[in-house]
Amino acid sequence: MQFIHHTLSNGLQIVAECNPEAHSTALGFFVQTGARDESADVAGVSHFLEHMVFKGTPTRSPDDVNREFDEMGAHYNAFTSEENTVYYAAVLPEYQTRAAELLGDIMRPSLRETDFTTEKKVIIEEIRMYADQPPFGADDRVKARHFGSHPLGKSVLGTVDSIAALPLDKMRSYFQRRYSPGNMTLVGAGRIDFDQLVQTVEKLCGSWENLAAGRDTPRADGHSGFECVLKDTAAMEYVIQITNAPGATDDDRFAAKLLATIVGDDSGSRLFWELVDPGLAEHASFSHHDYQGSGLFMTYMSCEPGKTAENLKRLRRVYADLQAGGVTATELAQAKSKINSRVVLGSEKPRGRLFTVGGNWVNRREYHTVADDLALVDAVTVEQIAAVLASYPLADSTGIAIGPLAEVS
Amino acid sequence: MTQEILAHTFANGLTLVAEPIASLESAALSILVPAGCAYDPEDRNGLAAVMCELSLRGSGERDSRQFVRDLENLGVERGDSTSAAHVSYSAATLARNCLPALEILADLVRRPHLPGDQLEAVRNVVLQELQAIEDEPSQKVMLELRKRQHPDAWGRNSQGSRPDVEAITLSDVKRFHAQWVQPRGMILGVAGRIDWPSLKDRVGELFGDWTASAALPEPPSKIRQPRVEHIPHESNQTQISIAYDSVPYRDPDYFQAWGAVGVLSGGMSSRLFTEVREKRGLCYTVYASYHTLRDRGAVLCYAGTSAERAQETLDVTLAELRRLKHGIEPGELDRLKARIKSALIMQQESSSARSGAVARDWYHLGRVRTLAELSAIVDELTCESINSYLGENPPRDFMIVTLGQQALSA
Repeated sequence: MQFIHHTLSNGLQIVAECNPEAHSTALGFFVQTGARDESADVAGVSHFLEHMVFKGTPTRSPDDVNREFDEMGAHYNAFTSEENTVYYAAVLPEYQTRAAELLGDIMRPSLRETDFTTEKKVIIEEIRMYADQPPFGADDRVKARHFGSHPLGKSVLGTVDSIAALPLDKMRSYFQRRYSPGNMTLVGAGRIDFDQLVQTVEKLCGSWENLAAGRDTPRADGHSGFECVLKDTAAMEYVIQITNAPGATDDDRFAAKLLATIVGDDSGSRLFWELVDPGLAEHASFSHHDYQGSGLFMTYMSCEPGKTAENLKRLRRVYADLQAGGVTATELAQAKSKINSRVVLGSEKPRGRLFTVGGNWVNRREYHTVADDLALVDAVTVEQIAAVLASYPLADSTGIAIGPLAEVS
Repeated sequence: MTQEILAHTFANGLTLVAEPIASLESAALSILVPAGCAYDPEDRNGLAAVMCELSLRGSGERDSRQFVRDLENLGVERGDSTSAAHVSYSAATLARNCLPALEILADLVRRPHLPGDQLEAVRNVVLQELQAIEDEPSQKVMLELRKRQHPDAWGRNSQGSRPDVEAITLSDVKRFHAQWVQPRGMILGVAGRIDWPSLKDRVGELFGDWTASAALPEPPSKIRQPRVEHIPHESNQTQISIAYDSVPYRDPDYFQAWGAVGVLSGGMSSRLFTEVREKRGLCYTVYASYHTLRDRGAVLCYAGTSAERAQETLDVTLAELRRLKHGIEPGELDRLKARIKSALIMQQESSSARSGAVARDWYHLGRVRTLAELSAIVDELTCESINSYLGENPPRDFMIVTLGQQALSA
């Protein structure tokens, strides 16, 4: 296992964890752009653009792009988050160059008007699909309330109106600024011929012009409050609560991850025993999400509407107990063993390692082996978790309930 | 790539089937207990799921907290599910913890306490899952489709129905466990970094002295009647689902039929994705998937779109299904083969995927198809072979279920 990185003269970075024993090769372009980089008049453009990237280049039609990925038997996809847009493909090692060429080429899409018009319909269907599914947009709404004017309060999908109103030229100028090579990293994991990879990328991407594509990463203030939104066609009541948490470059993010595992993992956690095991909630989880400059803890619960008030009371009690007494050494040891095993299992596939290696590099310009990450998890103490709880009190949450209830006491 | 499949059937009917994969750090277990919801009594649909959930609440020497704690200390990623044929338990962890995890799962399968004081909590868990389906229209329409495609016990939703789940008593659960959870036909699939002799010995110690109970009849089959049905539902989108008959995994023609579905819906260059989404922008999600039971198969298709575009989406999707009988093209076959080859190799990177695959193969075939055998089958697929299958077995007699504001015509 060897980690290598190289930067092209235009700023494009190439990093790879090369494992000659691997059966496959995973490659991904990480573009540091997402909802947080959008102004209000282009809400949802990052995600829409992600779809448009598959719509062809000067030398490839949309059908060519899909066909060529399938000809390699690639496992490929893309996703957009608040701060990253990632395009990835896992292929057999013999296809490394072909996959890198295809991924590299589509990073300079034609953005044709006819494709834009057709794809707009698909995006609107995607938004409508989520509008029919829990939590029915409540996640965007509670984040907007919590973050206020902070960039992390923006919706990844945008709205039907913002997408319908988006003109192609605004997408083009957003693309120009954000898909600058200095804002992009090609990440590799698995069986990689690194010299060959650099050669391929240099030839294809070396002439891209580097433009400044910065980003503000202020710490979020965080607001609090609770609202209840009526959705009378829903069968269940859904509750989301968020509070501030350590961000992607904070040292206490490992303590935050362990806290989240202890409190809200899908089995054996405090919320599991308090709400799920007794059959009071269909789902109850507590998770940590880190971003550049800020982070959040999110509680997500769904239950039969009649059980909502009682469950909220139980949630408050769980959080008050944690705030007062912290976590126990036994809980911490159990959480470490869970994470340890998950990290190892998740790292067996190159397409699993890709996202860890890429995330570490994009956020912190660092490389960690699996063992490095496990050592950091192992070093977390009960006191460090108590310090996280003290810095980020769980009671200061912004919450929303959505479902058949008009109000929740 | 060399691959070894090892299997042993114990005197009581339990089969251990394993694939050692030395390149992995992990090992995974998959236990198929032939006690799925197809065996629920007529008026107790949901019983297998309740039994499964209740079995997690204490077994052997452990109460439910100790059970969870011990598995978590071993770093076990655990899962359970109920299908028509099986209640399944799975576990994946670091290789050295595999046998200790198996010991805990042996208690879970053989010696669950099935505690009466937990029955209400379990009932609530299952009832909440049932209710949550009402908020997931795409999931709901596929469950409704399956019920109609297989009108007998094999099309059931494992969570059952509210009145049945409300009526389940502790003695129902205990009787079901006594009748159906037994070693005959049970399959334990294991894959990853394992040592076969010690695995086989340990499985023998843990399960060998268990005796099978009397065999019970399989649920009777019923013939489906193809039709178009609409379920009114308040939502933005209309959910469209279509099913047609196909052959099961064990059928000699399976790979021809499966290949044709791959052309329809595998990768973004597939016919459904291209015609429905890429060319016309009709929907975000559209797919066809292969669903196989032991003695029959079906192809299940789905598309979800806004009400005003639903009729066109259904029309285009059906046109693609009907067009299949005119055959597939060489480029489509090449892409199909590339995808299968790559999927077969990448499956070797996951102990969980392989433990599930060897157990399922054993259920369907009574043996495991090796990667070499699968590669040879795939190499032999030709346009002529698939087209001749499609000529004789064109997609037809569609079962169509839609969910949304307005009915569609087909």
